[in-house]
Amino acid sequence: MSPRLQLLFEQLPNLLGGHLSLAVPAIAVGVLISVPLGILCVKSAAVRGPVMTVISLVQTVPSIALLAIMVAVLGGTIGYRPAFIALLVYSILPIVRNTIVGLDSVDPAMREAARAVGMRPLQQLVKVELPLAFPVILAGIRTATVWVVGIATLSTPVGAPSLGNYIFSGLQLRDWQRVLFGCIATMSLSLVLDQLIALIETSLQRRRLALVWSATAALGVLLIIGLSPQFLSRTERGFSGLVTTQALKEKTPARETTVQPLTGQTVTIGAKGFTEQLILTELLAAEIEKAGGQAKQLGNMGSTIVFDALAKNTVDVSVDYTGTLWSTVFKEPEPLNRAAMLAAVTGRLFSEYGIVALGSLGFENTYAMVVKAEQAEARGFSTIADITPLADRLRIGGDPEFFGRPEWERVRSLYGLSAIEQVGMDSTFMYQAVADGQVDLAAGFSTDGRIDAYGLSVLEDSREAFPPYDALLLLSPKAAAKRELVAILRPLVNRISAAAMRAANRSVDEEGDTPGEAAEALRQLAFPRHADKAAAVTPVVSR
Amino acid sequence: MPVPAISLENVSKAYAPDKPPAVRDVSLELMPGEVLALVGGSGSGKTTTLKMINRLIEPTAGTIRVQGEDVTAIDPVLLRRSIGYAFQGVGLFPHLTVGANVAITPQLLGWSAERISQRIDELLTLVDLPPETYRDRLPRELSGGQQQRVGFARALAAEPRAILMDEPFGALDPITRDTVQTEFRQLQQSLAVSVVIVTHDMTEAVLLADRIAVMHEGELRQLGTPRELLRQPADDYVAQLIETPRRHSDFIESLMKNSASGGSQ
Ligand SMILES: Nc1ncnc2c1ncn2[C@@H]1O[C@H](COP(=O)(O)OP(=O)(O)OP(=O)(O)O)[C@@H](O)[C@H]1O
Ligand SMILES: [Mg+2]
Repeated sequence: MSPRLQLLFEQLPNLLGGHLSLAVPAIAVGVLISVPLGILCVKSAAVRGPVMTVISLVQTVPSIALLAIMVAVLGGTIGYRPAFIALLVYSILPIVRNTIVGLDSVDPAMREAARAVGMRPLQQLVKVELPLAFPVILAGIRTATVWVVGIATLSTPVGAPSLGNYIFSGLQLRDWQRVLFGCIATMSLSLVLDQLIALIETSLQRRRLALVWSATAALGVLLIIGLSPQFLSRTERGFSGLVTTQALKEKTPARETTVQPLTGQTVTIGAKGFTEQLILTELLAAEIEKAGGQAKQLGNMGSTIVFDALAKNTVDVSVDYTGTLWSTVFKEPEPLNRAAMLAAVTGRLFSEYGIVALGSLGFENTYAMVVKAEQAEARGFSTIADITPLADRLRIGGDPEFFGRPEWERVRSLYGLSAIEQVGMDSTFMYQAVADGQVDLAAGFSTDGRIDAYGLSVLEDSREAFPPYDALLLLSPKAAAKRELVAILRPLVNRISAAAMRAANRSVDEEGDTPGEAAEALRQLAFPRHADKAAAVTPVVSR
Repeated sequence: MPVPAISLENVSKAYAPDKPPAVRDVSLELMPGEVLALVGGSGSGKTTTLKMINRLIEPTAGTIRVQGEDVTAIDPVLLRRSIGYAFQGVGLFPHLTVGANVAITPQLLGWSAERISQRIDELLTLVDLPPETYRDRLPRELSGGQQQRVGFARALAAEPRAILMDEPFGALDPITRDTVQTEFRQLQQSLAVSVVIVTHDMTEAVLLADRIAVMHEGELRQLGTPRELLRQPADDYVAQLIETPRRHSDFIESLMKNSASGGSQ
């Protein structure tokens, strides 16, 4: 087995455990809620109408949005709880609906027979109506199972690890093997659960009780595994689903006898779902672990979710960008210049949220209009203004979020680009799309390694349409009060150049390094003195 | 004079106030150990009358007594457990085995498992379904006639005060029907259980019942032994109805004679 595949398998127990711990209890609780609710709907028309309306409405909310809404509903809590509740909500509709259909389709003659032999209403329900409706109800549970197992992959962005970690990180790293692995694992899990339930049904029909019990026991075991606190705590390490520096460290014998200021402390690092964030998370984790602390990485989270979690002290450390905070957190429509914005954001983060910005890491990750370098040369494009005359014949690629942002509005009006055709695509694909000529330019990111890798060049933003995007190292109010932690992280400020960050991003995106490896390289660049020491103890990872 | 097993006094049922009542002013008595047939055309109110006895339907007027006790004074659920009921159609629960179907009412009454088990075997033997073979089968694994017999067994299971049967033989082919009818009559006589049986087939009524109640358009037209109905029919409808078995047998007899004389030519 290739080392990459081996790495994927090594993460499987954690991620599968995370997935089970979300999906199986969600379905189990879903059954406990939905079957009685369905019964209530059948017995009372007054309940039925409103319940069905609400459930059907909720079901139309896109799943990723529902997960994000749950985070908001729980006041910014991330991780297991919002994901569990969202999945629970999704499991309810099919089970309630099928409970209603199943009970409705019980032959009225059977109800009367139940009455005639002397059953009381509850006995009629339990002894006759539910058993007769059972196959239909079970079909509903199977539908719910398939849905929930699938949707559970989307809990990664709200900070609950699942098999979705493979998919999200794989998409980010453009590692299709990883994506495929995640999909196959999810499908297999869904198939296994579905078949176990189906087995209960068929063996009940054939009255093979031994089989019924074994299938039920198997489901029970999965439920217990899912609920076992051991599994829950195990999943808290390596949250981003990527190899962690800690994993490397564990293989080295403990040698430090020097000061360990963070011993016994766990620091939670929150990250959004793109390569740079994953690398920086690894870098921060490495620093924390070097100081004897435990680093808990929550990767691939939604952008505002990380910030809310930081404000709520659910996440201790994260890296965010001045321009993003300026527009999404402070809702300021007009950007300032770089130094003024840095100061304003730092001040307002502290005064409004108690969040401490230790400073810029030393680079800016701003939007960058990229074109093919050879085309820029041929047509004489050097600034964004140069493309204005051709706007009505050009196509621009960008992620859908970008086209909805105020920055894009500014660029369009400042450079007169309203006629340009917009093509929404995942940011993973847009550099390639420019290189292939599918689009003429793209709204990329200035630190993205793929700019160099695909032979693209950046058009200068001479009119300062894009706000500055300095990478800020942020600490939650609680974390900021920990002096040792501040002391350990402060040295990172102003240590990372845009070129170094771009190179690190490139090594992951294009050369297949893991974020952990890229972080190690970045650390050696940032702290040349450390690097000698580190190189002596870091085992060589075979690739 | 013994207390009637069941008695109806001026019982009426109107499903809706604006419609003519489905049952109007019916009075009758079922004596202990007697078989009473309710006969009449479709929609004449037979099933309605029967269901009022165990309060599956509540009458709009009149009094019904079971062993002298006004049924409105009895918890309907307990009342139903004390009266066997066999259904138009079969009415066995498809998800329960034959044994479990028979066991239902005794279970509801809280009999011991041992007593129930004995009772199942006893009843299945009685209706000629050897328990070792049939007890654990599902209803769908039985023929129509066998299902019908399980239906009886279930109605008899809790040693009921009386049994109500709604067209129990309607779905059977003539030969099976004949066998099951004969068995039923023997069983009823040996157990001396009181039975109200609904049928729209006068021949069946004549064969099985001690007395026949003829219903038409919700009213009880005449109540008497088959002989009384034949001798003194109360009206044309009764006369016509009670004549049918004889007309049928006369017709068959003449057919036989004709074919016999035809064969000799
Ligand atoms: N639940 C009900 N609601 C309203 N009307 C009913 C209801 N049940 C029966 N009826 C009406 O009452 C009348 C008597 O019905 P019932 O079922 O007692 O007839 P029956 O003599 O048993 O007929 P059959 O031989 O067809 O079974 C019919 O006109 C029928 O339409
Ligand atoms: Mg009827």
